[in-house]
Amino acid sequence: MDNIAGKKSALTWAVNIAVVALVALWVFPTLGLLVSSFRTGDQIASSGWWRSMLPTEQNLTLRTAGGDEAELVDGLYTVSGNLFAHEGREPLNISAFGTSSRDVGAYIPGETVDMGDGEIITVGETGDYVYTSVEEMSGRGQRVFVTAKVAPEFTLENYDSMLFNPNNIEGMSKAFFNTLTVSIPATIIPILVAAFAAYALAWMDFPGRALLIAAIVGLLVVPLQLALIPLLKFHNEIGIGKGYLGVWLAHTGFGLPLAIYILRNYMVGLPRDIIENAKVDGATDFQIFTKIILPLSFPALASFAIFQFLWTWNDLLVAIVFLIDASGETTVMTKQIIELLGTRGGNWEILATAAFVSIAVPLVVFFAMQKYLVRGLLAGSVK
Amino acid sequence: MNPALQGLLTIVIGVGGCVAYFYFSNILLDKVLFPPRGPNAGRNINRANVIRPWLFLAPALIALGLYLAYPVFETLRLSLTQRVRGGGYEFVGLANYQQMLREPKFWEGFNNNLLWLIVVPAASTAFGLLAAQLTDRIKWGSIAKSLIFMPMAISFVGAAVIFKLIYDTRPAGQEQIGVLNAVWLGFDGGIGSFIWLRLVPALLLLALAAGAGALGWSLMKPVLGREGRSPGLIFGALRILGAVLMALVVYLMLRQTIAVFVADLPYGQPQTWLTIPFWNNFFLMIVLIWIQTGFAMVLLSAALRGIPEETVEAAIVDGANPWQIFFKIKMPQIVGTIVVVWTTITIIVLKVFDIVFAMTNGQWETQVLANYMYDKLFRANDWGVGSAGAMVIMLMVTPILIWNVYNARREMR
Repeated sequence: MDNIAGKKSALTWAVNIAVVALVALWVFPTLGLLVSSFRTGDQIASSGWWRSMLPTEQNLTLRTAGGDEAELVDGLYTVSGNLFAHEGREPLNISAFGTSSRDVGAYIPGETVDMGDGEIITVGETGDYVYTSVEEMSGRGQRVFVTAKVAPEFTLENYDSMLFNPNNIEGMSKAFFNTLTVSIPATIIPILVAAFAAYALAWMDFPGRALLIAAIVGLLVVPLQLALIPLLKFHNEIGIGKGYLGVWLAHTGFGLPLAIYILRNYMVGLPRDIIENAKVDGATDFQIFTKIILPLSFPALASFAIFQFLWTWNDLLVAIVFLIDASGETTVMTKQIIELLGTRGGNWEILATAAFVSIAVPLVVFFAMQKYLVRGLLAGSVK
Repeated sequence: MNPALQGLLTIVIGVGGCVAYFYFSNILLDKVLFPPRGPNAGRNINRANVIRPWLFLAPALIALGLYLAYPVFETLRLSLTQRVRGGGYEFVGLANYQQMLREPKFWEGFNNNLLWLIVVPAASTAFGLLAAQLTDRIKWGSIAKSLIFMPMAISFVGAAVIFKLIYDTRPAGQEQIGVLNAVWLGFDGGIGSFIWLRLVPALLLLALAAGAGALGWSLMKPVLGREGRSPGLIFGALRILGAVLMALVVYLMLRQTIAVFVADLPYGQPQTWLTIPFWNNFFLMIVLIWIQTGFAMVLLSAALRGIPEETVEAAIVDGANPWQIFFKIKMPQIVGTIVVVWTTITIIVLKVFDIVFAMTNGQWETQVLANYMYDKLFRANDWGVGSAGAMVIMLMVTPILIWNVYNARREMR
């Protein structure tokens, strides 16, 4: 069907458009979070993030200079200047202005407005204004509402406060390091244990081997929910309690079936000749394993390592059961986000930043090592 | 001790300990216990080779036994016991299960889980197949694939935050910052709304009904004996069961199609999506579908590329149209992979916890079994009923477990 002449170009176009739509649909949610994390709370609350890329018409509330700056000109108390300059903002092009919050876009720039009580104001396109009054002015300046196109504006402030502000108890820096502390050992330890077992299951003959492999395939799908209470009891009995050691052990145990399965499938595919030649040359199994099998199995080791890293980094359940105690000192990022969802449900600048801090590392790992991840997926699913 | 330091130390001890264990145990075996020298050299080599596999396996077996096998039996035991006042446990038989079956929250979780089990694997596999089929034909396909695959790296909790932003609701009159409400408020009940909110969903439902009907029919065909050989008793029963399920799906879809036309939609009012009973389940499922589609796509894309070119070319030469090529040539060759994808996602669905925990925590009738169990174990502190809930999840996983083991054993032979 691809090579039916004449039809191809139209079909290719349709496919391209369909894929663009599909990709857009899949990227859009994450993009929303990323963009939101660079906006201030006010910006997020005032407009949808998808509008933040383009200049938006916004209503701003500005003030003229206060009464103490008024000068007497021709018998009228007069203040003049630039509305934006008073606020320390870059000048914008005003498309409409108003003097009452009930009708913020009542007048076009350049118009002279009589506000009653002898007060008159003129606001130009650039924000230059002249405000006069018959009576003496006092206190703060007159409020002016202007409508102007505001260029997109982004800030790093959220990341600054969530990551680098030591006084922010909602910050993510501690949770970030805790997550790292959980996931690195929990990734490395099972690899070696699994590799030895996988080698035995792939290249050694012993009674019960087939049964063991079948058992590991079975354990692959055992829900870890079953393990929570028995293991928590066990950890309490041997004195580990809740803590890093417990969570490392738990992750190691839960990761082993997949590790053994992936590594065994890979090792079985290694050429028999190499191993037999080495045996003939007098190498022991231990030497064969460390000198030949382990280096050759690098792709499978990498695949599993990525899986295990993503899984331990993203995990919530194992951490809240085996690690996080009442003190909350050992909280991990996923748990911290759950807490924030509860206490700061509407503060999207905080939530978005916290969530993005936690998904940034997996995303980097994902894009850098995608090849191995795909390979692991293909090897790791039970066929 | 600083946790980072402790972590480093654990890595060193863990890895070093492993290496040392393997190294020294092998030396012990070869040099001390059964040295391959002396009068019994031959016998010693054989004995060493009998023991060696178990040396290699021991750490893994101990860890697997302790962390996965033992808990299954311990949970089973706990589900039959009850805490006694003043400490200790007593055997109560099936009382925990009876208590659980009387709780409406359990049934809510159970029914929702069934809904998840039907919708999420089906939708993920379908989207994955679509994505695989489309991206394999274009130049920038690999980039598109990695973008669709990307949610795989995102945690369930992170995804929950992402989608909470999408489902966000502001009171009427304010600017909506959730995409879904912004889109929803764009509908005003005019012709556009009719097309997008009634016609298109109805057509989709009809297409699904047709698909389910076709699947049901193809399941029934061998049972009716039109293709010569009739299946065995068990497979025949399974096929009939599948066909009945499909008939049910067709019925539900048709009923829903009518409902789509009749429903009174509240145009112009922002909706709090996650609190609308029944439908909020679907808003939660979308999160998992979004994550799992990439997985399905990667596996199915590999399977599609593994199809021998000749079979497709032969079909083209014989004048097959694209539909026939896809359904009659390609589908039968990737059906094994589809089953793998389906079962894998099914297992993930059965264990789904984080998404519900983070987004609704089971409120507004969105409870699922894993969250119900967590509630019982750690909030109500009722280990008996919690363990019973865990056993229900285990029970639901068991058919897939058996199927996987059966297949793995068949492949090894």
